[in-house]
Amino acid sequence: MKLELSMVVQGCRLGVLTGLGRAGQHSLEVPGCLLYTRCGTVPHLTQDTLHTLNNLPSVTQLTLNTLAEHQEVLEEFKEGVRKFAGLHDTVLYCSLHDPATSCPPGHITNKTVSVWGSGGRIELTVAKFMALQKAVQPDLYQSMADGETWQINTSRKRVRKSVDRTLAHLDECLLLHHKTQELSGVEVLGVVEGGDVLEERVRSARETAKRPVGGFCLDGLHTAAMETHLRTQLITAIIKELPEDKPRLLQGVGRPDEVLACVEAGVDLFESFFPFQVTERGCALTFPFNITTDPEAAGTGVQVPPTVVELDKHEAAIGQKNGTDNPQEDQTKMTPFEINLKDNRFVSICVCASWCMHVCLCPSHSILRCVCVCVCVCVCVCVCVCVCVCVCVCVCVCVCVPVSSVCACVSLWVCVTLCSPGTERTSVPWWRGVAATAAGTTRGRTYTTFW
Amino acid sequence: MAAPIARGAATSSLETGMVVKKAVSIVAPLALRIIAECPVTKARACDLKLPHCTVSTPVFMPVGTQGTMKGITVDQLDDLGCQICLGNTYHLGMRPGPELIEKANGLHGFMNWKRNLLTDSGGFQMVSLVELSEVTEEGVKFKSPYDGKEILLSPEQSIAIQNSLGSDIMMQLDDVVSSTVTGPRVEEATWRSIRWLDRCIAANKNPDRQNLFAIIQGGLNAELRKACLDEMTKRDVPGFAIGGLSGGEEKDDFWRMVTLSTDHLPREKPRYLMGVGYAVDLVVCVALGCDMFDCVFPTRTARFGSALVPWGSLTITKKQFAKDLQAIDPDCQCPTCRRHSRAYLHALFKSDTAAMHHITIHNISYQVCVSIMVNGFLLLLFAIDEIITLSSIFASSSL
Repeated sequence: MKLELSMVVQGCRLGVLTGLGRAGQHSLEVPGCLLYTRCGTVPHLTQDTLHTLNNLPSVTQLTLNTLAEHQEVLEEFKEGVRKFAGLHDTVLYCSLHDPATSCPPGHITNKTVSVWGSGGRIELTVAKFMALQKAVQPDLYQSMADGETWQINTSRKRVRKSVDRTLAHLDECLLLHHKTQELSGVEVLGVVEGGDVLEERVRSARETAKRPVGGFCLDGLHTAAMETHLRTQLITAIIKELPEDKPRLLQGVGRPDEVLACVEAGVDLFESFFPFQVTERGCALTFPFNITTDPEAAGTGVQVPPTVVELDKHEAAIGQKNGTDNPQEDQTKMTPFEINLKDNRFVSICVCASWCMHVCLCPSHSILRCVCVCVCVCVCVCVCVCVCVCVCVCVCVCVCVPVSSVCACVSLWVCVTLCSPGTERTSVPWWRGVAATAAGTTRGRTYTTFW
Repeated sequence: MAAPIARGAATSSLETGMVVKKAVSIVAPLALRIIAECPVTKARACDLKLPHCTVSTPVFMPVGTQGTMKGITVDQLDDLGCQICLGNTYHLGMRPGPELIEKANGLHGFMNWKRNLLTDSGGFQMVSLVELSEVTEEGVKFKSPYDGKEILLSPEQSIAIQNSLGSDIMMQLDDVVSSTVTGPRVEEATWRSIRWLDRCIAANKNPDRQNLFAIIQGGLNAELRKACLDEMTKRDVPGFAIGGLSGGEEKDDFWRMVTLSTDHLPREKPRYLMGVGYAVDLVVCVALGCDMFDCVFPTRTARFGSALVPWGSLTITKKQFAKDLQAIDPDCQCPTCRRHSRAYLHALFKSDTAAMHHITIHNISYQVCVSIMVNGFLLLLFAIDEIITLSSIFASSSL
């Protein structure tokens, strides 16, 4: 696995992670994301439906909590989850927890962590964890970690323990990793813990970087654990301790605005569980983003990264209404990037009836005497059935070619329809109004057409 | 092949041993072309030409009650070879309502389904939602489980909703009683269904685009059913359904009523047996002369983890399949069996709904395969019979 960076701008990294997979034939663009699955399947989708989509991430994320209870079957099967789940040719990354579900706290010990399957809690020692990895046969995986530092008022002592335990687990994992033949060629990601304590974060990052890992997993920074500002501060501090040539995966962050903030802080990879969460609340993703560069710097040759990501003002208003000071409450609330499909506004269909008047003059004294071209612009107003007002701007180009005494006119109309802001429909495809009409007219006449 | 079953007067041509090869019945927008008839039973293989495409019968129609087959996309349904599927007037009429669907170019446009649709009238809900309904001569009063408001589903209302849905085949609103009910209620329901049929025919705004099927009632009473048949066949409808059965009655009573019905239904119009879905029942009823079948069973049972196979069914969620690495049916060519093992589906069932979708796809594929097989078998029999007939003609002429 090799990280090839093509550009680094003030901490933001752009590049490709190559050499992924057993044969090293896959690559993943950075910044990038993993394909979120449960028990090897993208939620609700069969493989056929999934593959009607383009540009799927080349790395699929498996989560141990959906696989741990099937350890026996996998061990008997011997050929790993890729074949068991009938997956396509993809790179498999195995994480410990499912980013879309939260774990009940209080079940971690010095030697064990727990995951929750359909049948209840499953306790994992490093030995069992590694046995699972041997059965799952991923291409890369995170080492076992204690990340239970997200609760409010986690004590400093507890945070320190999580860092110590995670480092100890990492060392043990690496030891067993090198002894396991089925895992040769497989990369291990070291996990950086430390809660919201800066010193612990730095310590964890520094110590993890000393180990021979293939990359880094940043844990305990997920959306429910802390605010964006603190998160980016901690990430910036962590990044300083990590080598530049190894990828950094951030767990538990999926909201577009947070992802962008973390990319700016230096993160390379993310999990893609956010679309799943949006789906579960019956919402559809829609987020028009305007990335504006600083207009003063534009054209001066100075490379300025996008300073601000502007949401559409309307959506931003919703975001502010939903945003609270307590990040933990936000998880099930709608974000500004969604529309709720149960909303009645999306139930009604807008049928636009419009008419347009256009006047075309074919002067009989045209210079060329064979072709006359006229351009006319007209504005028409139409009223939609769903009672919104649409304004259509039509541009028509009309070419008149005289054929004997009759002038044949061909005109092409492009109509752009815009609906009033009272509706949720921000735009209608401009091509909706393209129509071609042909009409005949004698020279010098004006005519009107309706459509 | 099954033993010959006694037939009624309608199929007299078969006494001579000859098979009538083609019979064309044109009642636009539906045309039934009988391609092959079984020389022994009343089975027939036909081409049913409908507005959206031609359907080969015998056909199994999967049920997509609320304008969707739960868990699968219309593209997947199309790939499975489904040529016609069902929607339900009661459910779609409640939500999202006929006005919206009409705006969306009918149910075809709303669900983006390019093949045929058959809509049930809402009559069956009288039985299935009997706690919430009340039947009068005017229609059926329903109390909506969604918002508690009362609606009246009259024959005119049902047809109006079905006109808005724009289905290729519409069912009349019939007064449905459970087949286990006996007594005067059954008779009342039968005569009322005939009166409602007339009201439905009168209310149909699109007889040129949508076919209205009558539904034969009469419960398990042979005389009543015969009377109903006599009356309803007087009306010129494009097709007939055999209703009031498949409600938990004894199989011995069930098939007797089916064969009685097919004896008296016109040969050149399609016969739709409502609610029959088990493969065994399907094959038997094809032999009794039925062409079209529908049932929620294959799709519903899939959501409980039950996969249909030629030798019965497998409950994938059972422990015995946890380590079973073969496909649900090793001979099945559906997308699920080509890619996934029983063990994986067993594991997936604990984590994600996609497991149900996989089994839904398999079950629909299975049902479609059964009907294709029956169709193919009939065509084969027909071909064999043709060869025998031609050979005997040739042999006798060369003497």
